[in-house]
Amino acid sequence: MKNNRRAFIKLAGIAAAGLAVAPKALASSGGHSPVSVNPKAVHAKHWAMVIDTTKLHTAEEIDKLAAVCHHIHNVPKIEGKKEVKWLWHDTYGHSFPEQENPHLAEEVHHRVFPLLCNHCENPPCVRVCPTKATFQRPDGIVAMDYHRCIGCRYCMAGCPYGSRSFNWGEPRLGLDVTKLNPEFPTRMRGVVEKCNFCVERLAVGQQPACVEASEGAMFFGDLKDPDSEVRKVLREKFTIRRKPSAGTEPSVYYII
Amino acid sequence: MLELALKGSKRYYGWIAFLLVVIGIGSTALIDQWMNGLKITGMSRDVSWGFYISQFTYLVGLAASGVMIVLPNYFHSYKTNKHMVIFGEFMAIAACIMCLLFIVVDIGQPTRMMNMIFHPTPNSILFWDMIVLNGYLFLNLLVGWTCLQADRQHLPHPKWLKPFIYTSIIWAFSIHTVTAFLYQGLPGRHYWLTAILAARFLASAFCSGPAILLLVMMLTEKFTTFKMAKNAVKTLVKIIAYAMCVNMFFFALEIFTSFYSNIPGHMHPIVYLFSHATPGLVTLMWVFIAFAAIAITLLVTPRFRNNYKLLPWTLGILIIATWIDKGLGLLIGGFNPTPFETVTTYWPTLKELMVSMMVYAVGALVVTVLFKIATEVKEEVGHSQTLPCGCSSEDTCECAPEAE
Repeated sequence: MKNNRRAFIKLAGIAAAGLAVAPKALASSGGHSPVSVNPKAVHAKHWAMVIDTTKLHTAEEIDKLAAVCHHIHNVPKIEGKKEVKWLWHDTYGHSFPEQENPHLAEEVHHRVFPLLCNHCENPPCVRVCPTKATFQRPDGIVAMDYHRCIGCRYCMAGCPYGSRSFNWGEPRLGLDVTKLNPEFPTRMRGVVEKCNFCVERLAVGQQPACVEASEGAMFFGDLKDPDSEVRKVLREKFTIRRKPSAGTEPSVYYII
Repeated sequence: MLELALKGSKRYYGWIAFLLVVIGIGSTALIDQWMNGLKITGMSRDVSWGFYISQFTYLVGLAASGVMIVLPNYFHSYKTNKHMVIFGEFMAIAACIMCLLFIVVDIGQPTRMMNMIFHPTPNSILFWDMIVLNGYLFLNLLVGWTCLQADRQHLPHPKWLKPFIYTSIIWAFSIHTVTAFLYQGLPGRHYWLTAILAARFLASAFCSGPAILLLVMMLTEKFTTFKMAKNAVKTLVKIIAYAMCVNMFFFALEIFTSFYSNIPGHMHPIVYLFSHATPGLVTLMWVFIAFAAIAITLLVTPRFRNNYKLLPWTLGILIIATWIDKGLGLLIGGFNPTPFETVTTYWPTLKELMVSMMVYAVGALVVTVLFKIATEVKEEVGHSQTLPCGCSSEDTCECAPEAE
């Protein structure tokens, strides 16, 4: 009995010493993350998008961009009210409900507008998320950790733009397995998902897929850089954003 | 004391068995939900919360309402209530359990629930709601159980419990305030974006909760030797009456703000609920108004209020009215007119209702077991027992025994 206790105390002492030393030993093996940043990655202080709706305003054109986006992000095709969408289109009244008037130019009234996550400067979805599964990156992009999400859907209630989708059922059933993009993960049931401004493409130096496919109707760049292309466009053209009264400061601007 | 719940009449066991069967039936729908996901519900991309969350919201009110018995007892030394306090606390325990269950059945990845604790996020109201609900559950378990145990041993309630009791009284207000904040702080949802929402929640809780409690207590009186003191009932009914008047006054304030300001976003949910929604829902909303009017009329008129034959009906009407308003209309009005001026309708599916029924049955089971224990203890120690003339032994009644 006595021997046992002595042995235990010894062992505990050694273990405690080990614990004290271990962090230092680990730290000496490098001290930085083993992941290295792709040298081609593009960076910005705050990413923003400008959409020229005078060039991009028919359902077909927008659906084509949505198809590209949904394909590379393995967004499942689900019909009806439980659909999942990252990029879609809607009428002027639904896109800018506070900025409508009954005598709107007929052409604008008939236009449809591309809609996506606004990557707001004050994102309500980040504010309400109870697990930080939705978070804002230092470059302004509002990103999702699908593995952290508990599926409470508070972010969906919080988003005034309806930019978020929930996987009510198994999303992989809505995917064509022969046409999966192996470079981007599929999602599991019970988590929220949304447009991510193509962070995975920015990380390897590419533009967001919709911007690339838009043939010059969409601009993407650093809002904080006065010489960036988005700032140049914003200086020259009159633009509006969705639901200014919500105070979320969207990073997606529309040229009307 | 748990052993007291194990011995009962055939009727008691029959009721427990019935509840277990209901839980069993409901759980088949829950298993289906676990297998197939929340797609079995009527919720959608635009209506991301449904019946589960609205029931949770309503039941937080029930949990908070126990304080309407506890507060007069401890803050105002209104000792007439003292033998009722335990039932308020036990009802709160059951309500908290139901609330937590409704949240658990609502989330898409229940196995990740602990992420709320592993990654605490104080900027999310849901985090605080978890804290206040679990805290309130704990406080009521602690206070209720300890007091009842002391009663059983004919001992005074321990002194160290006082701080917990006072905390629980303040805490009761916090649970419903925080739950209102869940809704209140969301941009784009005009029906909820109102500073008075938390006040409305409390007003509605303090009429509907005691009403439910009183009805359950009346049933308890039927099946046990327990009898509420007459004055305690009178006070509680008056509280219900005032709270219901305040509740409807607050609702009227909302109507005024919306329609006098003429701001479309604020008018849409109300216009939707009371005239544009599906005929079923519109009818329900008008039933709410009608029942609220009837309940108030019956409660403020002393002749009706003091008529104990009529009272259960009055309470029933009030519960239906407040449930339609808060357990259904609040959520649907907030979500169905979407922030982009479209309408996406929502109605719970049968499976959703089955799961909800299961949760309610669990709550009923907890209430039954806890009330059984409480009434047994009261019988043992001779508190609040029925006298031959129908009075409680707490009342000053002709048939009351001399010594007490």
